Amino acid sequence: MEVARFWRTTGQRYRLTGEVCPNCGKPIFPPRDVCPVCTKEARTPFTFSGKGEVYSYSTIHVPPQGFERFAPYTVALVRLAEGPLVTAQLTDVDEAEVYIGMPVEMVTRVLREDGERGMLVYGYKFRPARPVRDDAPKSAAEPAHVSETVPDAPAEVGPSAAQVAMASATA
Amino acid sequence: MRDVSIIGIGQTPVGEHWDKSLRELGFQALHAAMNDSGVERVDALYVGNMLSGELTGQEHLGALIADFAGLRGIEAIKVEAACGSGAAALRVGYMAVASGLHDIVACVGVEKMTDQQSDTVTSALATAADAEYEALQGLSFVSINALLMRRYMHEYGYKKEDFANFAITAHANAMNNPYAMFHTPITREQFATAKPIADPINLLDSSPIADGAACVILAPTAIAKEFTGKPVRVRAMAIATDTLAIHDRRDPLYLEGGAISAQKAYAMANVGPSDIDLFEVHDAFTIMSALSLEAAGFAPRGQGVRLAMEGEIGLNGRIPITTMGGLKARGHPVGATGMYQIVEVVEQLREEAGANQVKNARLGMAQNIGGSGATVVTTILERL
Ligand SMILES: [Zn+2]
Repeated sequence: MEVARFWRTTGQRYRLTGEVCPNCGKPIFPPRDVCPVCTKEARTPFTFSGKGEVYSYSTIHVPPQGFERFAPYTVALVRLAEGPLVTAQLTDVDEAEVYIGMPVEMVTRVLREDGERGMLVYGYKFRPARPVRDDAPKSAAEPAHVSETVPDAPAEVGPSAAQVAMASATA
Repeated sequence: MRDVSIIGIGQTPVGEHWDKSLRELGFQALHAAMNDSGVERVDALYVGNMLSGELTGQEHLGALIADFAGLRGIEAIKVEAACGSGAAALRVGYMAVASGLHDIVACVGVEKMTDQQSDTVTSALATAADAEYEALQGLSFVSINALLMRRYMHEYGYKKEDFANFAITAHANAMNNPYAMFHTPITREQFATAKPIADPINLLDSSPIADGAACVILAPTAIAKEFTGKPVRVRAMAIATDTLAIHDRRDPLYLEGGAISAQKAYAMANVGPSDIDLFEVHDAFTIMSALSLEAAGFAPRGQGVRLAMEGEIGLNGRIPITTMGGLKARGHPVGATGMYQIVEVVEQLREEAGANQVKNARLGMAQNIGGSGATVVTTILERL
């Protein structure tokens, strides 16, 4: 992925920032300049909650270039709580456990790698939604926040501490 | 606007043409169509192609093929609309003749895919989808169709096996098409146990990567009989668009572009689905056949698969589809596919379809789909 393109799209990839139409109030993701519902101009930023449910899913056995090391992996259409559908990979879940209607939440992960010298591209994936329990004791099985953010990154080309911090800060 | 007819057709066999280049394939089909029509010169050439830049490192196909065919100097351009490129090139040729700007026009669809490894082709095909919001997430083109198929099965209560007849019918019909890639029938059992590509889509839901080229020659209907005893009239033609990404659609299970283009074509021809004698669907995947049949009004929503289950898509069924093998078994050289569909409808309407002849075929329709429905070209042809 080209550096400028990467930079241009960080808002949507790291934070699920789309837009809300100032005319009809429709939340829009991915961002576009014209509201798909009322066709008026829509440039008011709106950050989605990252909560949603699986609308459909598929497990890819024959991946495109740049995704070989993830295969087989499960992709989904996720219906966001605010309304729009988004296309993304599922993570932290066994394919056999996925079902239509499964509650999921957005996390930031490595999306692809552009060869040995290329960029590691981070972005949103979705995992099964975990119930929030303030009283739950921190178990040993619960991974630390930083490592949890990027478990897909291979050790030899692992992200720098700064990259991890950037990704986790925006997750 | 002038009435337009097809006065010649040509095609290469679909397959792995390791011995032939892109330009040779394009020329071979063009040459065959010019011979079929008897014309020695055309006024313009429109070349439908999707992936020459990605897979061959070659763009600028209009001039390339015009020169290679000995037509240096004529107007020639490439037309691109993903897997809908073939019919999109026909559309440009149709507009050129209908408008009166040109009299004799050649429309070629050509694609060269098998020189490359399959992962390169998989990535190239993904360019039909939304690069920033589908392809970047790791979705292959197959998986986008798989998302549609899974949801369709969920909403309407179908099983995977219910789609089998789309593939079985296509393979059966390809047996009698000398230009088809596959001449092997398949069974329900093979369909059920084929290798998964992107669940629930397996190898036998999917059309194969292939090389090939097809061509038609257009002329004003008023002079068509000077060239051929069997001109086929372009009764109606319409292109409609939808979002590239399926997540942006109002309803991913409704091919809105397919419905709009079909309705426009029906209105222009002043006919309805019940008047159509055969329908070449864009069966890139079995789910696309179902969605296209529904969008074109041959079945209510959620019932397209029933036409296959009940045997209504066979040569003697209510609406014969993929009569020469379709994308599934004739093969899917993506940018050429739309032109193959047109050539096959013409074969049916000229009563040259041999063992696959649909009896008394007078009106034939084709629907060529770019991407997962972002460009849909519907064409209605009529025997004169
Ligand atoms: Zn709006």
